[in-house]
Amino acid sequence: MSDPVPTPVAPAAPERRVSGVPIRLEHVTKRYPGQDRPAVDDVSLEIAAGETVMFVGPSGCGKTTLLKMINRLIEPTSGRIFLGDEDVTNQDPDRLRRRIGYVIQAGGLFPHMTVATNVGMVPRMLGWEKPRIAERIDELLDLVGLDPDVYRDRYPRELSGGQQQRVGVARALAADPPVLLMDEPFGAVDPITRHRLQDELIAIQGEIGKTIVFVTHDFDEALKLGDRIVVFDVGARIVQYDTPEAILADPAEEYVAKFVGAGATLKQLTLTRVNSLELRPATTATVGEAAAAAVARARAAGDELIVVLDRRGRPISWPTVAEVSRMTTIPATVDEKLPVVGLGSTLSDALDTMLAASQGGAVVLGRRDRLAGVVTVEMIMDVVQRTRQEAAG
Amino acid sequence: MWDFLVDRRGQIAYQAFQHVSLVVQCVLLGTLIALVLAALVYRNPVATSLANGLSAVGLTIPAFALLGILLAPFGFGIAPAVIAVTFYATLPVLRNAVVGLAGVDRSVIESARGIGMSRPATLLRIELPLAWPVILAGIRISTQMVMGIAAIAAYVLGPGLGGFIFTGLARLGGANALESALVGTIAIVVLALVLDLLLLVVGRLTTPRGIRV
Repeated sequence: MSDPVPTPVAPAAPERRVSGVPIRLEHVTKRYPGQDRPAVDDVSLEIAAGETVMFVGPSGCGKTTLLKMINRLIEPTSGRIFLGDEDVTNQDPDRLRRRIGYVIQAGGLFPHMTVATNVGMVPRMLGWEKPRIAERIDELLDLVGLDPDVYRDRYPRELSGGQQQRVGVARALAADPPVLLMDEPFGAVDPITRHRLQDELIAIQGEIGKTIVFVTHDFDEALKLGDRIVVFDVGARIVQYDTPEAILADPAEEYVAKFVGAGATLKQLTLTRVNSLELRPATTATVGEAAAAAVARARAAGDELIVVLDRRGRPISWPTVAEVSRMTTIPATVDEKLPVVGLGSTLSDALDTMLAASQGGAVVLGRRDRLAGVVTVEMIMDVVQRTRQEAAG
Repeated sequence: MWDFLVDRRGQIAYQAFQHVSLVVQCVLLGTLIALVLAALVYRNPVATSLANGLSAVGLTIPAFALLGILLAPFGFGIAPAVIAVTFYATLPVLRNAVVGLAGVDRSVIESARGIGMSRPATLLRIELPLAWPVILAGIRISTQMVMGIAAIAAYVLGPGLGGFIFTGLARLGGANALESALVGTIAIVVLALVLDLLLLVVGRLTTPRGIRV
């Protein structure tokens, strides 16, 4: 079961930085007193450095128990756990956990502490100097897309669910741990926020390259985020451990096929990411600049729409050339319904976003919310067409 | 009545100070004992119900009876008064502390443990601050209650305003007897209200902004 799977044609960009370490579980078992079947039964598993591995399976299959044994929130009854070459099975659990990021549903933030205190918790326990902690807090808030000046001193209850989750991720990354454990982190937020958080996680992981173990019951989430997926059955029996493509193409058992569900061909849209398309460059205008200049640029480029950027270079609205030509300067109005996707978004998310906004396209954000280009519904239809032809041919 | 107040203002002020001092010190001591007990029991369901039972039964013991019992080993004076008042001060705080600690969101505790906070640090930095508003409510109940109980401590010659009430009642019908009892009672009520107000302010100042309602 623990045999390393042959490396697939890497879905991740080859230049990706890896700062994670491999995780190795050897014959890990967890028995609870008074239960005749072990919750986790003799599991061996190897997770490569810098990969995102998704644990999926029905509730009660032991996937969460297995996850919590990696940072020993649950002590294994038997078996060994390695981080890199280091056997951590008998290490002091508190010190071990400071080296492993941990994110749970709704972030698990401390409600009586500010965002900054929450994020700085682990560095403080590790005895970092104050200026270094403050610097790290700002860096992390920026990484998860929250303006430090605005959010540093807020309390968790003053944040939306999605923002709390971002702070939870920032806190987990605070001491730059090589490993990140995530226990259904996006389960409590609405679907649109969940898609954005997933996109951001992909973008962040592209920058940091941690080893991530992520528990979910949502197979689409697993397809979208995972470099590999582990499908579990009761007792944390590993039914299949492979790349999303391989699991979709060749489910190991009837059980997996059922779990994958119908519509596997359309699910391929879930596997193609926006960054694999050739994005269209967009005409941009910055808040406060003269409208006429922007209109001239758009006409010269043959664009019908203009992406308006705020002073930090983040897209805020997407008016037509006709609309802009009626203005004198570019306004700072933020369009709440602006269709936005990340570079790591799947085509199915992008399509969803366009449908929700009733627009024929969406603005694509790159790193740190900067504009990367524009994706249109035609570009996605092209991909569908091509996949179909490939399937037929 | 007015003459009585003016004539004995020094004595009244002194006894009022003694009374408040007894109550405040006993509540502080009782809170400390209650928090230690609560920290010991709150993670064990059996011990928790034992503690809740103790605080329920303890409050039904008449103060007079308890003072009487304490007379035998400790004699008259400050010792039995302090012990009895502290005993009653502990119980409401204990009950609220157990309830407050049990009410802290499990996921918050799990994430504290999950990022490597030790068991004692989790209690001190996460659980106690989050349970603090509930604990403080217990301290307020406790203070109100022992203001009255401290008056009865005058029975064992403890310090405080109880002395006015007891001497007044003993000489009922005599000169200034009614005045004496009334002054003792009213002073206790007024001081109790003042203390409650102070605790309200303390609550405002010590409750973290993130969990203030």
